[in-house]
Amino acid sequence: MAKLKPEQVKHIAILANLPLTEKEEIGFADQLSKIVDYFDELSKVDTSSVAPTFSPVDLQNVLRQDSTEPSLTQEEALRNAPKVDNGMFVVEKVKHG
Amino acid sequence: MDELTKLTLAETLKDLKDKKFSEEELCSAYVSRAAKLNPRLNAFISLCEPYKGILAGIKDVFNTKDIKTTAGSKVLENYVPPFDSTVISRLDQHNISVLGKTNCDEFAMGSSGENSAYGATKNPWNLDKVPGGSSSGSAAAVAADMCVFSLGTDTGGSIRQPASLCGVVGLKPTYGRVSRYGVIAMASSLDCPGPVTKSVGDARTVLGWIARSDGKDSNVAYHKKDLNGSRADLHGLKVGLPSEYFAKGLDHGVKVAVEKAIKQLEDLGCSVVDITLPHTEYAVAAYYILMASEVSSNLARYDGIRFGGGRELFGPEAKRRIMLGTFALSVGYWDDYFAKAAKVRTLIKLDFEKAFEKCDVIAGPVSPTVAWNLGEKIDDPLKMYLSDIYTVPSSLAGIPGLSVPCGFVQGLPVGLQILGKHFDEETILAVGEAFEQSTNWHLEKPAINF
Repeated sequence: MAKLKPEQVKHIAILANLPLTEKEEIGFADQLSKIVDYFDELSKVDTSSVAPTFSPVDLQNVLRQDSTEPSLTQEEALRNAPKVDNGMFVVEKVKHG
Repeated sequence: MDELTKLTLAETLKDLKDKKFSEEELCSAYVSRAAKLNPRLNAFISLCEPYKGILAGIKDVFNTKDIKTTAGSKVLENYVPPFDSTVISRLDQHNISVLGKTNCDEFAMGSSGENSAYGATKNPWNLDKVPGGSSSGSAAAVAADMCVFSLGTDTGGSIRQPASLCGVVGLKPTYGRVSRYGVIAMASSLDCPGPVTKSVGDARTVLGWIARSDGKDSNVAYHKKDLNGSRADLHGLKVGLPSEYFAKGLDHGVKVAVEKAIKQLEDLGCSVVDITLPHTEYAVAAYYILMASEVSSNLARYDGIRFGGGRELFGPEAKRRIMLGTFALSVGYWDDYFAKAAKVRTLIKLDFEKAFEKCDVIAGPVSPTVAWNLGEKIDDPLKMYLSDIYTVPSSLAGIPGLSVPCGFVQGLPVGLQILGKHFDEETILAVGEAFEQSTNWHLEKPAINF
C-alpha cells in the first residue's frame, strides 16, 4: 500500500461526510498510512479457500407478527432535535445552488 | 458508612434482607462516596441522587430514560434519551437504580479512557495511571467502591481490560447473550454489554438479570445453552494455555502473576494442556479493519438532525476510525481490507474451535502490561491498538471471557483472563469463582486517601 496522500484523505473525508481541517488532513495522512501499512500484514495469510465471517454466531431468521404497539410520542421523538418546525424535523437543504 | 460500600452485591442483598441497614442508608452511603471521590477520579460523567434501590454505575453508552447519555462524546452533549435500553429495564425489575453514567472513551473507542470528551478517568490504584478502556469509569467506580457494580460494553476488550487494570471482575458475555437494544452502537458484529463487579458470583447474578431475548435484538433470539447454576468442582477440567499469549511482548511481572494463577488452577484440580491459536498475530489488524468499518457505518447516523450535534464535534479517535473504516469499505480497497479481514476472522474463529477440542477453557493474561501512564500512548494510535492483542481474538470469535484479579505488579492489578466456548459462561464463571475463593486478590482495595 502506497502512502496515503492528503488528497486521498480529503476524498475519504467527503465519503464519510466528515468535516476535517487542513491540519487534520495532514495529520491523518501520516497516521492512517502507518495503520494501513500494519493492516497489510494480512496479505501474508492465505485465505484463498476461506469463506468470510460477518457474524460470530449462526444467524437464523427471526419472525414475528407485524402488529402495532405503543411507541414514542411525537413530543418524545422530537425533543432531542436541534431544529423542529410544526411537529417535524428540519433537515438540511438537499439541493444546492 | 464506608463499610457499606465495601460489600459485594451478594453481601448487600443479604444484609438488606436481614435488615442490617436500610435501602435509604445504602443509597446515601454510595451517593455521598461517589460525590466525594468523583472530582479526583472522574469515573462518572453525570451523577444522579437516587434514594431507593441498589445503586449501579452505567456506562454512558446505555440509553437511560430522562438521564443524559453522552457516549463520552461532544456530539451527544445534550442528548436526553426518551427510552431505556433493555438491560436498564431489566435491572429496574431487580430494584437496581442508576447512580450515574460512567465515563468512557468516546463512543466506546479506546483502550485507556483518554478519548472521552469529558476528560480521562483516573486509575484508583494510582492517579497517574490509565484505568483502561473503554469502560473506564465502570471499572474505576467499582474499584473505588463508588457503586455496588456497573455495566460496561465489550467490543474488543472494553470490559475485560479496564477490569484487569483496575483489579475488579469483568465479564464479556457471548455475543448474542445480552440484548444490545438501546446500547449506542459501535461495531454491531462485536458489541457485548456485560457486568463489572466486585466478585465472580456477582457477575453471574447480574448476567442472569440482563441476559435473555427481548424481541428487539435478533441475535439474542435463541441460546444454545442456558445459564443454570455453577459447577462446584474443577477436577477433570482442562485449561488450555495458548503459547501465543505468553510470547514476546508480555510484561515479565504480568507473566509471573498469570503463571502463578494457572498453578493455582492446577492445585484446584484442573489439568493444563498446551494449545495454539496460530492466527493471533493477525487478530489486531483484522479486528481494527472490521471494527472501524462497522464504526464508520454506525456513526453515519450522527447527522445533527434528529438528535445530537454536528459531525465536526467528533474527537480525534472517532474521526480516525470513521476514516479508516470508510477507507476499508471504499471502492478499490474493499477486497484487500474489509473482505480479507472477514476471511481472517474465520481462521481466528477456527483456531478457537480447534483449541476447544482439547480443553474446556482457555487461560492467559488480559493485557500485556499493567496500567500505563496517562498520556503515554495517546499520540501513537497503533501502539495503543496493539495493547488489545489478548482480547480482540476472542471478540472476533464471539466467545465469552472473564477477567479475575490475580495479583499485582508494582502496586498495580493484574487480571487473569478465562475464555470459554460459545454460550458457556457457566464454565468460565465456575473456574473464575473457584480461583477467586481460593485467593485473596479480590479483597485488596486501593488506598484512597484524598
